[in-house]
Amino acid sequence: MITLADMLTLSGVLFALAVAGIFLNRKNVILLLMCVELLLLSANFNFIAFSRMLGDLTGQVFVFFVLTVAAAESAIGLAILVVLFRERRNIDVEDLNTLKG
Amino acid sequence: MRLTGEATAVLVEILFYAFATLLVAGALGVITARNPVYSALFLVFAFINSAGIWLLSEAEFLALVLVLVYVGAVMVLFLFVVMMLDINIAELRRGFTRFAWLGWLTACALVAEIVGVVWTHGLAGVDVSKGFVPEPAGFSNTRALGEVLYTRYVYPFELAAVLLVVAIVAAIALTLRRRPGLKTQDVARQVAVRAEDRVRVVKIAAEKRS
Amino acid sequence: MNPHLLIAIPLAPLVAAVIAGLGGRLVGRTGAHIVTIAGVAASCLLSLHVLEQLYRGGATTFNGPVYTWLVSDGVHIDVGFLVDRLTALMMSVVTFVSLCVHVYTIGYMRDDPGYKRFFSYISLFTFSMLMLVMSNNFMQLFFGWEAVGVVSYLLIGFWYTRPSAVFANFKAFIVNRVGDFGFVIGIAAVFSYTHSLSYEAAFAAAPHIAQQTLPVFGGVNALTLICIALFVGAMGKSAQVPLHVWLPDSMEGPTPISALIHAATMVTAGIFMVARMSPLFEYSDTALSFVLVIGATTAFFMGVLGVVMNDIKRVIAYSTLSQLGYMTAALGVSAYGAGIFHLMTHAFFKALLFLAAGSVIIGMHHEQDMRKMGGLAKYMPITAVTCWIGGLSLVATPFFSGFYSKDAIIEAVGLSHRWGATYAYWCVLLGSFITSLYTFRLLFMTFHGKERFRHVQAGHGEGHDGAHGGDGVHEPRESPLVVTLPLIALAIPSLVIGYLTVGKVLYGDYFGKAIFVLPQHAVLARMAAEYHGPFSLALRGFLGAPFWLALAGFGTAWVFFLKRPQLADAAAQRFGWLHRLLLEKYYFDWFNEHIVAKLARGIGLGLWKGGDQGLIDGVMVNGTANSVGRLGGVVRRVQNGYLYSYAFWMVIGLAALLGWFLVRA
Repeated sequence: MITLADMLTLSGVLFALAVAGIFLNRKNVILLLMCVELLLLSANFNFIAFSRMLGDLTGQVFVFFVLTVAAAESAIGLAILVVLFRERRNIDVEDLNTLKG
Repeated sequence: MRLTGEATAVLVEILFYAFATLLVAGALGVITARNPVYSALFLVFAFINSAGIWLLSEAEFLALVLVLVYVGAVMVLFLFVVMMLDINIAELRRGFTRFAWLGWLTACALVAEIVGVVWTHGLAGVDVSKGFVPEPAGFSNTRALGEVLYTRYVYPFELAAVLLVVAIVAAIALTLRRRPGLKTQDVARQVAVRAEDRVRVVKIAAEKRS
Repeated sequence: MNPHLLIAIPLAPLVAAVIAGLGGRLVGRTGAHIVTIAGVAASCLLSLHVLEQLYRGGATTFNGPVYTWLVSDGVHIDVGFLVDRLTALMMSVVTFVSLCVHVYTIGYMRDDPGYKRFFSYISLFTFSMLMLVMSNNFMQLFFGWEAVGVVSYLLIGFWYTRPSAVFANFKAFIVNRVGDFGFVIGIAAVFSYTHSLSYEAAFAAAPHIAQQTLPVFGGVNALTLICIALFVGAMGKSAQVPLHVWLPDSMEGPTPISALIHAATMVTAGIFMVARMSPLFEYSDTALSFVLVIGATTAFFMGVLGVVMNDIKRVIAYSTLSQLGYMTAALGVSAYGAGIFHLMTHAFFKALLFLAAGSVIIGMHHEQDMRKMGGLAKYMPITAVTCWIGGLSLVATPFFSGFYSKDAIIEAVGLSHRWGATYAYWCVLLGSFITSLYTFRLLFMTFHGKERFRHVQAGHGEGHDGAHGGDGVHEPRESPLVVTLPLIALAIPSLVIGYLTVGKVLYGDYFGKAIFVLPQHAVLARMAAEYHGPFSLALRGFLGAPFWLALAGFGTAWVFFLKRPQLADAAAQRFGWLHRLLLEKYYFDWFNEHIVAKLARGIGLGLWKGGDQGLIDGVMVNGTANSVGRLGGVVRRVQNGYLYSYAFWMVIGLAALLGWFLVRA
């Protein structure tokens, strides 16, 4: 039987791995986008777990919206990536520091 | 066929742990793979395992959506982009370890904290050790979700649709490129054209036929 | 009394000063002296009128504000007048001497390019001095006090192209600042006890303050501290040891100024102030002993210096110091009347001596060294006679003005039982010998003996203003009427004023309530009991020790400086160390320059480098900026422009926050 604790722990581990992935990666923007997908996934786990636990479907509706937004986000993110690559001929994270004051 | 009682619970638990293990392995693969293509494939793997867990949790509709939309559309998009871009993979992996320890440390701290919250502190009165109550027989997750989505959440649902349209437009607008030398029609110029720009009347003196 | 009349007294010279000073070419040289003399003359006549009214006309003391400058927290800062007989006497003396000096200046400064400026300054001085003496509150007193100081500064440095004059006026200014420091503390202390700046409040509170103790220096009587602080101010202004160093140097100013400011009036402001504050000083024996010892020390030791000086003006300057010491000593034994009386007679005969010296200086074409004079009596009879009158008055020859005042002081000091009185008595008694010695030395060296100027004509007048165009006449001539007239005008009171007024001013009840003396301190009252008219007093003076000491001084001077001048040189060589000590003026200047000034510079340097540049500029001002900059330098590394880095810190912050919640829960 799946308990709430199991689900939450799994989502926590997933979340931590995604965060670690963001930091481990210095070279590839695509990988960052993938890690963001993982982060959203871990959040979805929480939504589903609580939705099932509390018997409230709203949590699942939220997951639905999260998936929508995540799809939109990855579409735009990849579009930006493509533009970036055209501009610079690489997608190295280390070069993306134009925010520096 | 429906198993009953203890057997179902044990089976579900075994499946859950199997899926969970594979999921974590997949996630690890995503962040450690040398090649972004592998990363993307590991991510697909992780999503499929997630969908399995969601199925076990009786969130069938979302599990299917995850597979169809994510694995079928989004991840293919990822793969497409990865392959389309000419990325130097050897270059990409350089400098991997500089802040790695900090990343791992933060990850460990987060895991420890979340586990601490869930297992030792409890969640404000919610009993975390209870299992999910199985849905009654004949319950359709998809139907229930649809009923909520098209009634209470109809406006957010419409908004989500708009959001997707905007995302499509934005993605196209971003990546659209006007190549030089492309032959296109300019209606304004066509309308504004005058006869003297096009026709030249040339007078040629007649010649006597010899 | 009509307050408008009183306001007119100080304002007349002020208006004249403004006209002469700012009028420029519109006024002209003649206009400048006409307008200022008219102003001062009006002021003088009005002052005499006020004196007359108060003394004979039965007018009462005027005490009240004429203009309220500001009111702050219930404290009125007024321009106010307290005109009683003490004030009236001072006003008359100041304006009369000032008038004489104004007239005299026409002759003395005839060829000076700063003619108008000079007249403007001395009128301004008269105004300031009148404000000082007429004041009825500490604020105005302080204003007058500083105003006369400023004018004194301006006038000492009148010939501002001479380095020595500039040096001297700085010195006067700085030394007076030291005194003023004490003065301001005194005023502040009075204010803190009475919460008022008026004399009345302070006098009324004096017995009460006398019973309080201030927790400074291990507990000091509050009134003693107030009185000593005020007297420190008087020490600066009235040039008492050790703040006397500026006065001899102030002789760099033109001679009329030496007569008016540095002999007759301004330097007596301290004496006047103490006499005015008699209701305060009377309750503090300690302060009066302090006053007495300082005064007696000044009287004797500064007089001794006069014996070795060769500059005619410096001799008179040291004489002034000595006489101021006498006045201070009189104040110290509660004989305020005697102090003021001496102040008055001294104002006449010392102004006379200075003006006579100025006349000599004109005659000698701005030569001031007595060693280059001699035998001038033949050429400058009026100057010589008037100068002799002044000198005889100074040495307290019976029947002369100086006799009545100075003998009274010596007697009063002798009668007093105050702590330090014995020492003071010996100082003032021997001082009369010294006074006589330097006075006759001056007279003999200047007016009698060999005509030494004939040998040293070549270098005359150089180094001085040179405005007095040397016309090649070798023999000195008597000065013009504008110079000799004031001499005569001053010689008359120097001769007779003492005889005429001693009975009323000194032994009578002239001052009435203006001066307050506790019954147990009233030495003058005891002397009054034995007073039987000025004539018998003078006859008795012939039997007194001071007269014989003065006679001895005369004899010594006659032998050493007229009969056998080589004896003086021999004595100087015999007592070389003493002579040297005197020539160096007891090393006061050396001490000030090498110890005090160095110390002050050291402290200043320390505060500048350490306090200002180091602490305030370095640590606080620039330090703040620098530390912000340094902090920014560290913090800006955080802004490295990498989005993932920002996200990273967000996550770390989130983890930390979560951890904190966990630990707290």
